Amino acid sequence: MADLVLEIDDIVRQISSGMTIGIGGWGSRRKPMALVRAIARAGVRDLTVVSFGGPDVGLLIAAGAVRRVICGFVSLDSIPLEPHYRRARQAGAIELTELDEGMMQFGLLAATQRLPFLPTRAGLGSDVLAINPQLRTVRSPYDDGEELVAVPALRLDVALVHLNRADAGGNAQYLGPDPYFDDLFCLAADLAFVSCERIVQAGTLTQTGPPQSLLINRAMVAGVAQTPHGAHFTSCVPDYGRDEAFQVSYAKAAASDEAWESFRARYLDGDEAAYQEAVSRG
Amino acid sequence: MAEQGPASLAEICILACAEAWRGDGAILASPMGLIPSLGARLARLTFSPELLVTDGEAMLLDAEGKVEGWLPYRDVLRLVGTGRRHMMMGAAQLDRYGNQNISAIGDWARPKAQLLGVRGAPGNTINHPVSYWVPKHSPRVFVDHVDVVSGIGYDRNPPAFELRRVVTDKAVLDFETPDHSMRLRSVHPGATKEEVLSLTGFPLTVPAEVPVTPEPTEAGLALIRERLDPAGLAAGELR
Repeated sequence: MADLVLEIDDIVRQISSGMTIGIGGWGSRRKPMALVRAIARAGVRDLTVVSFGGPDVGLLIAAGAVRRVICGFVSLDSIPLEPHYRRARQAGAIELTELDEGMMQFGLLAATQRLPFLPTRAGLGSDVLAINPQLRTVRSPYDDGEELVAVPALRLDVALVHLNRADAGGNAQYLGPDPYFDDLFCLAADLAFVSCERIVQAGTLTQTGPPQSLLINRAMVAGVAQTPHGAHFTSCVPDYGRDEAFQVSYAKAAASDEAWESFRARYLDGDEAAYQEAVSRG
Repeated sequence: MAEQGPASLAEICILACAEAWRGDGAILASPMGLIPSLGARLARLTFSPELLVTDGEAMLLDAEGKVEGWLPYRDVLRLVGTGRRHMMMGAAQLDRYGNQNISAIGDWARPKAQLLGVRGAPGNTINHPVSYWVPKHSPRVFVDHVDVVSGIGYDRNPPAFELRRVVTDKAVLDFETPDHSMRLRSVHPGATKEEVLSLTGFPLTVPAEVPVTPEPTEAGLALIRERLDPAGLAAGELR
């Protein structure tokens, strides 16, 4: 079994300006934030970000790394609106492909199957079709003749996901209640990278959870990095919950350029170890 | 059982939300907001015992609060397509035919206010029953035209699957008219028909006799106060 273990910077080096990247998790839950922070520091530009969006999207926008977001929402969950995303939208600073959540799922599924699109009723009659003039409909070739939305495949250059455990070969396990869409993101991408709380000895993952918790296998993965507390401040249960107090300080800092400069200098300008140390200092 | 005393406005709203799920069998009740959540649980404890309710994350909890099943987001989205779900969503804007906006206020391309995004509203409204909870009845919410149609109304092509109820802090509304335009179904105790009309930015169908929204029974009040919301948090959603 090949050793796929990488450092954070090895992964970031494979992400270049203009790429389409998909990010796993949901809202402010199990986001690969250590990788996101490193991309934000790297000076990458013009990314298209596909996400069930949370602070991953906000941080990348704040770093000036994003040209387009493809999403159904961007939320911090306990704080309904992601502040950087909201500001950027209201300033007209980013492009947006706004899709229904089910359309997102079908777009990713189409990409995993190398299909051009998958049909769905979601979006019909709504302004999703008006605000996305690139979307087409398709008519059922069967007797029903129903007109449906043809959700285009959301093919990704790179996928980033964060799981609880992985082995060096790239098999990975979630231990919380929800897999989100992390397997779809990995399968929809040319290169998928898994960050995890802990890399464990190969062959021992079934000691920490049932077989179906092994969401990601090594056929889906190009590299794996151990990033303890790497989803912070989003939740990564059962290893840790969302750091609500920190999330509030993040959201407050987004309110003005000065406050954000000071937050960035305190937490984000250094590497991941410096971030974790600054967080533990409080 | 101790005598419960008069129902509060929040308790009347909880029952009005619960009534939206009356007659629903073993389908997923998806309430957004505290009062709709208490309503869904009250419905399950009383007249709709088959309803499924999540913990807000991925677990399905039974009436005793014990885990009875698993429903991660991927399976919620799959369930949407089956139609076995009745969601009560919020609405930043809602029009006469039930078109709902939770995406953005103003021009979508550069909004005056970015809101949640369309989320699952387009897929929900075309696939399964949807109701709405509006904690402050106002002409800012009940508008002539919504800025971004997120949840679809009855006048779209194709139309909404079923819009069952709209519950506000003043009234209960529905779409039980020949053209599926919004109708005043009942007015909460303490509110008036005239007040509701003045707070609604489009013409409402008003029946000759507008009933008063029912209050919970003594048993219903006991369930709300002793079991569902002992801390009385529901009132906070009406401020």
